[in-house]
Amino acid sequence: MSLETAWFLLVGLLLAGYAVLDGLDLGAGMLHLFVARDDRERRQVINAVGPVWDGNEVWLLTGGGAIFAAFPRVYATVFSGLYLALMLVLAALVLRAVCLEFRSKLPAPGWRRAWDGAFAVSSFLPSLLFGVAVGNLLRGLPLDGEQEFAGTFLGLLNPFALLAGLLSVAMFLVQGAAWLALKCEGPVRERARAWARGAWLAFVGLWVVATVYSRLALPQAWRAFGNPLAWLAPLGFVAALAGYRVLLAGRRPAVALLLSSAAIALLWVVVGLGLYPALVPALGSGMPLTVANAASSPLTLRVMLIVALVGMPFVIAYTIYIYRRFQGPVRLDEHSY
Amino acid sequence: MDVVWLARLQFSLTVMFHFLFPPISIGLAFLIFLLETARWRTGRDVYRRASDLWIKVFAVTFVVGVASGIVMEFEFGTNWASYSRFVGDVFGAPLAAEGVFAFFLESGFVGLLVLGRRRISSFVRWLSSLLIALGTVLSAFWILVANSWMQTPAGYRLVSGHAELTDFWAAVFNASTLPRLAHTVAASACMGAFLMAGVGAWYYLKGRGSDVARVTLRLGTVMALIASLLSFATGDRHAKQVAHTQHAKFAAMEGLWTTQKGAPLILFSLPPTQQAPREGPEFLITRLTSWLAFGNFEAPVVGLRAFPLQDWPPVAVTFLSFHNMVIVGNLLLLLSLIGVLLLWRGRLERAHGWQRVMVWAIPLPMLAIQLGWLTAEVGRQPWIVYGVLRTRDAVSKVVGAPALLLSIGLFAALDVLLGALWLYLLRREIVHGPEAAGAPAAEVSHVA
Repeated sequence: MSLETAWFLLVGLLLAGYAVLDGLDLGAGMLHLFVARDDRERRQVINAVGPVWDGNEVWLLTGGGAIFAAFPRVYATVFSGLYLALMLVLAALVLRAVCLEFRSKLPAPGWRRAWDGAFAVSSFLPSLLFGVAVGNLLRGLPLDGEQEFAGTFLGLLNPFALLAGLLSVAMFLVQGAAWLALKCEGPVRERARAWARGAWLAFVGLWVVATVYSRLALPQAWRAFGNPLAWLAPLGFVAALAGYRVLLAGRRPAVALLLSSAAIALLWVVVGLGLYPALVPALGSGMPLTVANAASSPLTLRVMLIVALVGMPFVIAYTIYIYRRFQGPVRLDEHSY
Repeated sequence: MDVVWLARLQFSLTVMFHFLFPPISIGLAFLIFLLETARWRTGRDVYRRASDLWIKVFAVTFVVGVASGIVMEFEFGTNWASYSRFVGDVFGAPLAAEGVFAFFLESGFVGLLVLGRRRISSFVRWLSSLLIALGTVLSAFWILVANSWMQTPAGYRLVSGHAELTDFWAAVFNASTLPRLAHTVAASACMGAFLMAGVGAWYYLKGRGSDVARVTLRLGTVMALIASLLSFATGDRHAKQVAHTQHAKFAAMEGLWTTQKGAPLILFSLPPTQQAPREGPEFLITRLTSWLAFGNFEAPVVGLRAFPLQDWPPVAVTFLSFHNMVIVGNLLLLLSLIGVLLLWRGRLERAHGWQRVMVWAIPLPMLAIQLGWLTAEVGRQPWIVYGVLRTRDAVSKVVGAPALLLSIGLFAALDVLLGALWLYLLRREIVHGPEAAGAPAAEVSHVA
């Protein structure tokens, strides 16, 4: 395997890690207005995500850094081309970052309601726009001969991209609901399970529509599926989703969560298969950004590979340790949010 | 509207707002680690309560630092796409390394220390404080590697219009990395120490001189002196490095127009214009700049006029920010020296005059830090990569003035909101103060 392809996989892995982990708290953030009704229930939800959301978001920051290092031309073209959309995502993430800490500082109901609302909106917007971005990548971006973005903001809001945006919202709802079913107790858990069923149905429905749509309108995304092995990813995805539905009904939220995580990761594999060897396919006659023409020098890719191989085992080890420290249903104490 | 100017405005807004928080986090993380070490080794409850208070202050600051830092990671690509294409092969790696080696560590253990203190042993609590302090310094290291490479690029070659890495360690440890890191970390320690000393002083002024206030005041005062001295020593080292590697920037910092042997040190003068020094009262020490920069009173120092006008940084801003930073730094050294003398004479807790000054001195290290970064970044102009790529050639070609204005407005509003709320909550946390003494049995027996 070439270094460039290895970095295509590693960037995919970082972004999949982000989708799985931040999916927990983006989903919980969108759901909390509906599954938690009073301040005590809200605090259950908030303390289910409080200790972990920041670490989860670091997967995005590291993914962004890895794209910059490994595929600088992708970083430059995509982020300047999707300028306004990305600025909206960033503004939402900035606001979202302070919601939990700030909310807990004052007991006034109005203050807390305002931050609850901000947390819900700032969880929804990135969930939607990440999906819109991925939809646009699969569809291809309008690029000129210099690999600069040649489209408009409104052009990004095309039907397939919006469909992908909704799909991503449903996916994070599925993930967040499983997390809350695992971490909360009493009525919050029951409501989370009900939402999980609804979100699951929406996720499956949107996925079917998006798949049919792409089959009809995006033939280039299906090239990889000429190889029968490629079908393992979507088959695994369907199996994981089916298992999620059964186990959640069978009151095994921990396993259901693992299965929805697997489903998200496998959906990323499907997206990766649809893109490779391009990172950003070009609409029309523009020059696409591919692993071959967008990657950094072999030395940079090698150095970065060493950084990843040295650093990530530690990251994974202490992340598991920290999740285990907070294992079990949320218990509120004097240090909680 | 000039797109380059707007892109610079947006980036300076992002960076200057962001950098209100990391120096406090870096400084406090180290001081919390000291408190935690005292708590873990002695088991005395006063250190736990002091640490608990400062963990709260740290948490609310850290979170705004994280929030405002998210934007930076992506703004190179959104606003400076041409720059990103040009330097990505070299510049992206330290940003990614910062994520892998620092952000994960900080975020994970901050979560554990802030919310999980009930779930961990005394040792793990101490270890978390150590790992957080380590994480903040590692984070500073990698982002300063990136910044320093823009100032004194090394370990690369130019290939078909972009920089390509040839030697990773030469790029990481370029001429300005270690001097910049040392000075930044020392200045951050200074910020944390003055915050602690000022808050401790405020408790005494309000008649709330508890055991925690005493620990806070004393630790803050001693560390303020140590950190001020270190800021001076590292600042001297850093300025020498600039004199050796960035001649036009150094000339603007010192306000030197003609190349001369035995260059004087300007202690005070009216701010220069971009055309000429301004006539008026000034106060010089002859030949001192030559000695400070090169260790020789007769050493030649290159003046601005040795460079074509298009390679000059904005002279007035560079000169003024540098000189005012040094003035504030001197003041900090003086204040902390008085504090340590008072402590030595056993009068620290009763020195209300000095305490009042220390409360007002809390923002001063931050002022010096922001002025220092203005010197570093404005002095680097007109280059984005010193001597290699001009700032005006680095912007995104596809982002127009309306989009920039819109996002500047959005983030300016967000920054004002977050900044105001942060100040409000910080003040509230401090006014609320530490947990009262006496609850656990161990502490009662100790007091008896």
